[in-house]
Amino acid sequence: MAECHPVAFRWVMKAKLKGAKIIHADPRFTRTTAMADVYAPLRAGSDIAFLGGLIRYVLHDERWKSDSFFQDYLVNYTNASTLVDPGFQDTEDLDGEFSGLMDYTGGKPEWPLNGFIGEYERASWGYQREGTAPGKPASGDTTTAFDALIRGLSQSPVRKDPTLEDPRCVFQIVKRHFDRYTPAMVADVTGCAVDTFVKVAQTVLSNSGRDRTTAWAYAVGWTQHTYGPQMIGCCALLQLLLGNIGRPGGGVIALRGHVSIQGSTDIPTLYDNIHGYMVAPSTLKSHATLRDYLKAEAKPTGAWSDMPKFMVSYLKSMYGDAATAANDFGYGWHPRIAGDHSHLPMFVAMAEGRVKGMICVGQNPATSVNASLERTGLRKLEWLVVKDNFLTETATYWNRAPEIANGSIAPADIATEVFFFPSAQVAETEGSFTNTQRLLQWHFKAAQPPADCRSDLWFTYQLGVRLKRLYAGSTETRDEGFQRLTWNFDPDDPATAVVGEPDPRKLLREINGYHSASPLRHLEAASELRDDGSTTCASWIYCGVFPAPDRNLAARKTPDQKGVTGAHLEWGWAWPANRRVLYNRASADLQGKPWSERKRWVWWDGGKWAGHDVPDFPRHKSPDAPADPRASGTDALSGSSPFTLKADGVGWLFVPEGLVDGPLPTHYEPAESPVRNPLYARQTSPVLKYWKREDNLLAAPGDPRFPHVITTYRLTEHYVGGGMSRWSPWLSALQPELFIEMSPELADAHGIVNTGWVRISTPRGSIRAKALVTRRLRPFRIAGKVVHQVGMPWHWGWEGVVTGDVVNNLTALVGDPNVSIHEAKAFVCNVEKG
Amino acid sequence: MSLTRREFLQATLAGGGTALGSLIGLGVSLAPAIARAQTLRIANARVTPSVCPYCSVGCATLVHTIGGEIVNIEGDPRSPLSEGTLCPKGAAIYQLHKNPNRATRVLHRAPGAATWKEVDAEWALDRVAALFKKTRDESFVERFADGTVANHTTAIFSLGGAILDNEWNHLQQKLMRGLGVVAIENQARI
Amino acid sequence: MAEPMGFFTDTSVCIGCKACETACKAWNQLPAKEGGHPPMSGDSYDNTVRLSGEDWRHVKFIEQFSEDRSAGRWLMMSDVCKHCVNAPCLEVCPTGAIIRTEFDTVVIQTDACNGCRLCITACPFGVIDVNPVSKTAEKCTLCYDRLQVGMQPACAQACPTASIQFGPIAQLKATATARLSQLQAQGEKQASLYGADDKMLGGLNSFYLLLDEPGVYGLPVDPKMPTRNLFWGSVSSVAAAVVLGVVGLFGFRERRAVDESDADA
Repeated sequence: MAECHPVAFRWVMKAKLKGAKIIHADPRFTRTTAMADVYAPLRAGSDIAFLGGLIRYVLHDERWKSDSFFQDYLVNYTNASTLVDPGFQDTEDLDGEFSGLMDYTGGKPEWPLNGFIGEYERASWGYQREGTAPGKPASGDTTTAFDALIRGLSQSPVRKDPTLEDPRCVFQIVKRHFDRYTPAMVADVTGCAVDTFVKVAQTVLSNSGRDRTTAWAYAVGWTQHTYGPQMIGCCALLQLLLGNIGRPGGGVIALRGHVSIQGSTDIPTLYDNIHGYMVAPSTLKSHATLRDYLKAEAKPTGAWSDMPKFMVSYLKSMYGDAATAANDFGYGWHPRIAGDHSHLPMFVAMAEGRVKGMICVGQNPATSVNASLERTGLRKLEWLVVKDNFLTETATYWNRAPEIANGSIAPADIATEVFFFPSAQVAETEGSFTNTQRLLQWHFKAAQPPADCRSDLWFTYQLGVRLKRLYAGSTETRDEGFQRLTWNFDPDDPATAVVGEPDPRKLLREINGYHSASPLRHLEAASELRDDGSTTCASWIYCGVFPAPDRNLAARKTPDQKGVTGAHLEWGWAWPANRRVLYNRASADLQGKPWSERKRWVWWDGGKWAGHDVPDFPRHKSPDAPADPRASGTDALSGSSPFTLKADGVGWLFVPEGLVDGPLPTHYEPAESPVRNPLYARQTSPVLKYWKREDNLLAAPGDPRFPHVITTYRLTEHYVGGGMSRWSPWLSALQPELFIEMSPELADAHGIVNTGWVRISTPRGSIRAKALVTRRLRPFRIAGKVVHQVGMPWHWGWEGVVTGDVVNNLTALVGDPNVSIHEAKAFVCNVEKG
Repeated sequence: MSLTRREFLQATLAGGGTALGSLIGLGVSLAPAIARAQTLRIANARVTPSVCPYCSVGCATLVHTIGGEIVNIEGDPRSPLSEGTLCPKGAAIYQLHKNPNRATRVLHRAPGAATWKEVDAEWALDRVAALFKKTRDESFVERFADGTVANHTTAIFSLGGAILDNEWNHLQQKLMRGLGVVAIENQARI
Repeated sequence: MAEPMGFFTDTSVCIGCKACETACKAWNQLPAKEGGHPPMSGDSYDNTVRLSGEDWRHVKFIEQFSEDRSAGRWLMMSDVCKHCVNAPCLEVCPTGAIIRTEFDTVVIQTDACNGCRLCITACPFGVIDVNPVSKTAEKCTLCYDRLQVGMQPACAQACPTASIQFGPIAQLKATATARLSQLQAQGEKQASLYGADDKMLGGLNSFYLLLDEPGVYGLPVDPKMPTRNLFWGSVSSVAAAVVLGVVGLFGFRERRAVDESDADA
């Protein structure tokens, strides 16, 4: 955190000065470790064993078992008491697999690139339900067009055992699942000494409860694994057990890596989502019509029962007046995905010649995962547009890449037509970024960009204007949707505008939403959305950021007064509804009183929910309101159900749906590992994604040619592939050269000296870097054998003030089955002097 | 939106705490024998609030311009997130803007060519639009062999977004989905 | 004179991010070391190596680990001009280019510097050197320009963890003493203040809280005023000063010419 988010670490240091304890669990001793009270060195990729060990430790702790805070939170705010299908079998029962594992047979022949090697049939992971479904409500069920559809999704109530004693209840399943994750096992898998692990466990426990909370912060060190989402889920499970979710100072905090990566997930330039976390319509699901889509994706209870309103309003943002109830609001024009079109399979597709054109804006795949393979893909393109601030490696892969420089490929043999459009920088444009806390902040324009430099908006808008013109006369059915797509973001006052630049406020208005009949009447809250076409709103979660033409709340710059407890609600705007802590109903007890004065955040004041933050709960729903099984939406949930986005209103220890690789986190080895899995016969996740090609081979477990664990990361002084920072002489001088960090033990074994050259190899590639020999790295003892680990920052490439080899030439296209994230944090390599 | 210098100084002082508070009065008690008046190079600058474009913390910045030229960028002390502080990357944002290495021309590389050629931006946009249309028209799939509606092309790939404005992400995904491009990705997965 | 102002650098909370180094360069528009590509030093994460005419802030990294790693820590410290109360550089400067300001800080007026390099030799901390672009002796000004309008120095404002604190010296000393007590109570027996009292060159207006001996951070244990020869050679002999000044200027002009020819080539 100190390394890659130093200013966020400001608050950790402030807490430390007030007595907070900092624990750092990491393969390397970093600048964060330097400030930590407890350091837990772990082998890269072994975090689920570590977290699982903490879960087991908590479940066996006497204070945890007897403290009414933990037990009240557990029984009422989580699914601990819910009974799971009798057919469910755990990884403890099946030695590393869950019930339902089978060969992968899915997918469409038109898109055979999903990368699955196995899949689960997941019916047995569901809840047990009572025999009968609730009847239809007696009256008042036709308020909206899709109301009956949502009510028709109702399921019978889940079965529960509030005593938590039923062997099929979630609590007992979780307990059995982690029973072998003992401190000794943790040490054997992770390399972290037993006494250090116990110290971590005790520190976390003693800093959790009614009066104290523990926060966990993570970055891509947890996500870039073939089980990345499970790693995060494992931490969430622990935090739910400790009552650390929905409370101030708690949470599982994602330290995301890019300025608006949260925004680009909310407003997804991602293949599998459309706005506001609705899944993209797919050929692989029952999504033929709008009603089919809603039947498959909406929930009868909880906030997702409003999905018809979100979806119809989104379709109105696409097709405007052409989207009507009569034509399913244009749903038929919307494209459907064919499977996995994420980064990894798209570059496989490109290398196979399936992709002809690419538009790359502010990203640098030429130095990304298995970079040699990605460059093979780029060479197969017919055309490529790069829009960036500086000439990136992706812009010059055809004349300056290593394979061109060493003569193995000639530019003449690359048939790609390449365009480079220079970008305006941040202070030369205006718009909003969403930070890692879901906070939107507007940046204003201070200066004109030089020469041909233009905003990214300009490029996309002008491309759209031209394509609109080219398709204007088409009579093809398949072009109808694009002809109907609304595309007018010209500034109202052209005199004040730079030629061709759209008005970013008009885009924010479309994101925020407005009354379809009068666009200057902006929507003020998502509760105003309708499913009849009368509201137009791209993003239901951003609804409210721009409630009136003269009120852009992202641009607010008023912090709270010093010394006043608050959430700085007038600095920017956080989605949803300007709420800063999600699920904050959990900061109060069952009666709606704060769990403790010290941890006051949101409370029931007798007539409504109030607090320092915007309460995340129906404003006037009393804490003692009972659940109404006959109702839909949040009305179906009780007054003590804080997790309103979940259909059952509680936090999930056991995940009955939504994950494809298991309802509970389980320790697997990374796709490449020097050791056998000490916990299960299953070495790796049985459903990980792997794209097998000659240029994407994996080392077998324990392959003696690649004996060392390698992890990759960022440094404070640089940014991702270096496309911004390596052009700055100031930053370049701070970290001028690519290096590999290794222990003196490993260096000595290979005759490597500090600042001497090292050759690093994996089955995918081989690069050179200078050695940084340091005791901040250490050998681990794993499963009875000594395992060395090395680390490399991946900021270098062949462009910029300072240059160096591409570390991603070493990594593999192997990924997690839920989100297809790659595994760059733990793989294997060899090192040699040279 | 921009701040007057007075507002900026007030903001700066508010963020600086008591140490700076006690300095306000110093203007009248300067000892002229040893003080040498310094020229503050942002004295007459216009101040525009902005945000650091690097990581996801969202540190607030102030951009100083004189005659439309950026002369300084530093932390905005008003921000409850960053309180005027920055990391080294944030402190170097000036060099993102004012940098002789900056690429400022639209470039085109013809198939097989060994060098770039500077081209007119309008020409380049027209050419990209034409290539886009050609690829889309050649690769568009209305239905799969089994009859499932697809309405898409997988032959065009849109990559990027995590370092860009929300407004751009909306515009890009709208254009791509409007045209049937389903392969849309950014750094959020990589 | 106004109240003395300065820095208190609490190394116990320094995360070594180098925001101070960069913010200093951005505000003072200083060139990057060796055009931005010095060789990797191999000395932990330090690549700018020392304070100089172009690096007015410098972050040191000290790795202390036992062989079995049972004990280990990574010390970091942002170093800067000490703004000594009895400043050797000011004493030896023959042209009066180095002044003590109304904030009790020490500033080199580069337009009055003749480049004689006496101050470079005189500084017991190795703070001053020639800026390769301006060709004059340069060092931290404690952001004299910002102080005059009530702004914080750029480095202190940027520092994310308040390792660099700026303020009235009296107040900083109280803060430092309290922090030292807190650390000692937590068992940091080696923690100490460096330059916070008047014993070291009359007191350092940029003083430190260290977690180890000064020598570990490359700081002199007992910094002294320059040798008497140098001292008298500079302040009592006008002739000597003029000669030195001329030599210095001549030397710089020669170098500048070389640089320009390089640039043309």
